[in-house]
Amino acid sequence: MAINVVVCVKQIPDPSAPARLDPASKRLVREGVDLVLDPGDEHAVEAALQVAEGAGGEVTVVSMGPARAVDAIRRALSMGGARGIHVQDPALQNSDALSTARVLAAAVKGQPFDLIVCGQESTDGSTGAVPGQLAELLGLPLLSFARKLSVEEGKASIHRQTDEGYDVVEAPLPAVVTVTGGINDPRYPSLRGIMQSKNKEVRQLTLEAIGLSGKAGEKALTQEVVDLQPAQARKAGRVIEDKGEGAREIVDFLAELKVI
Amino acid sequence: MTSARSAIFADEHEAFRDTVRRFIAKEVTPSVEAWEEAGEFPSELFKRFAALDLLGLKYPESLGGTDAGKLYEAVLFEELGRCGSGGVFAGIGAHVAIATPPVFNFGSEAQRRRWLQPAISGDLVMALAITEPSGGSDIAQVESSARRDGDHYVVNGSKTFITNGVRAGAVVALVRTKPEGGHHGLSILVIEKETPGYSVSRKLNKLGWRASDTAELTFQDCRVPVENRLGPEHEGFYQALANFEWERIWIAVGAVASAQRSLELAIDYAANRVQFGKRLAEMPVIRHKIAQMLLRIEQARHLTYHALWLHVNRQPCTKEVAMAKIAATEADVAVADEALQIHGGYGYMMEYPVQRAWRDARLGPIGAGTNEIMRDVIARELDL
Repeated sequence: MAINVVVCVKQIPDPSAPARLDPASKRLVREGVDLVLDPGDEHAVEAALQVAEGAGGEVTVVSMGPARAVDAIRRALSMGGARGIHVQDPALQNSDALSTARVLAAAVKGQPFDLIVCGQESTDGSTGAVPGQLAELLGLPLLSFARKLSVEEGKASIHRQTDEGYDVVEAPLPAVVTVTGGINDPRYPSLRGIMQSKNKEVRQLTLEAIGLSGKAGEKALTQEVVDLQPAQARKAGRVIEDKGEGAREIVDFLAELKVI
Repeated sequence: MTSARSAIFADEHEAFRDTVRRFIAKEVTPSVEAWEEAGEFPSELFKRFAALDLLGLKYPESLGGTDAGKLYEAVLFEELGRCGSGGVFAGIGAHVAIATPPVFNFGSEAQRRRWLQPAISGDLVMALAITEPSGGSDIAQVESSARRDGDHYVVNGSKTFITNGVRAGAVVALVRTKPEGGHHGLSILVIEKETPGYSVSRKLNKLGWRASDTAELTFQDCRVPVENRLGPEHEGFYQALANFEWERIWIAVGAVASAQRSLELAIDYAANRVQFGKRLAEMPVIRHKIAQMLLRIEQARHLTYHALWLHVNRQPCTKEVAMAKIAATEADVAVADEALQIHGGYGYMMEYPVQRAWRDARLGPIGAGTNEIMRDVIARELDL
């Protein structure tokens, strides 16, 4: 039986470039920087594609974001997604996690799907809250932190990453799964994929179209960033010069840290 | 980024660049040191490039290509040019840019299926064999003889400086089919490695481009079926000439990208190296050096893109391509030299990548027609 998968993606400032915060909006600066598909979401797209390809289904790529976010959707389509849904609305500027989850939930409603795959958290905001909220809003089970995912006989089964190893967790479909970076090696979009992605449908939806006017975005904030502090700079390391006693000093240092 | 995106490339080219850049960053650059040391990269790399549709960008889908066009191939050359190994740029590039085009341009459908299709899928590595020990630039003087004997040519002679020559499964060779007649007596034969009398006489030891295998080939009473000839007999000189523009554009595009990388190495070093209590990047003498390097690169880049644009739009561009080849390869040499200078003593050490950029760059003014020949080409085009 075909399994259709929805994958939620986000466009973020290129994490390999130095990030800047705007003290006024308390947000990452998105202007004048390269915007990319969140590298964590690439793992989600790959996982979604593997499930759909294995079962003869299709992958729908969903994103909320400004006009340029369509580039992130196109990138996921060039990897092999079948179509995209892009929710874009001026009222969505400065949305919080819950707004994002509401929008994604409303956007996928009415879509035939068996599984929703998300990255475990965005690389820029890192709240990690959206997938759980999305599952709750849709009334679906959440399988989080999957480092392995298999779908068969109407259920999804994952290896959930833990500190000690992994738990095997199962849920009936439809379900929401979040994946870790270790789950797979995302494919490169092939040239054919890039060419084909140009002609794939990306539906543009407004808040009104998904029935959320006034119920998401800046008008419906449930959380607020009140302050920003730069991360504490890491202290400089200690240099041990070996004058015949180097090994001893390193052992003492490690013992002090209770590492050995 | 030190260079703005050019109008010559569309969004799809840039998306494609992103794929190629990631692929190279992950599967090529980390192995560069080992491959340079070994004097070759693994043959499987051709299969990896093929898996991403990179070996048939300008060839039709019926042969396994993508028919995407030469601008995409130029993007591939740029990304290869900055991979950190001139040898990988040379090996993959020679297969794509110079060895396969004659098969496509002059081969019959059957010949294309026989050699081009497996070349696009990465199963057959190809090389172009024109240069001989007795003469390089003067290709009308090719001496390797191909004497007709029934259904075969009996080939005798040798070819040198053949990129991919050691591992090539088939070489596209320019040979003399008529003893007299200078450039009217040459033909192109595809000679397969298993042919009796074909041998790799030497693997050449080079200053740079060390990860590419470069061979001297010997043909001794090597019997090549007449059906292996591309196009009409005695047309080989013109057939070889037909791809010279693309070969020079390949070298020019790669040289600009390589120079860009040398500049980035220099900027990176200057940003961190402290002397007299200051970072090098704060010192006027270094800042001006770097500004001059970028200027040199951008001059070469614009000339190269102009030549590329003319070429893909099928405009006459012999002299523009020749100028681009000169400007780009000489910029690469100059920028690599300055980058090495900025590195000081470390630049002279083998563990720093800038020394390889410096060695690799030196091939540019020599290969694909020396820059002296390029200047002759320009002068000839001017009808002086």
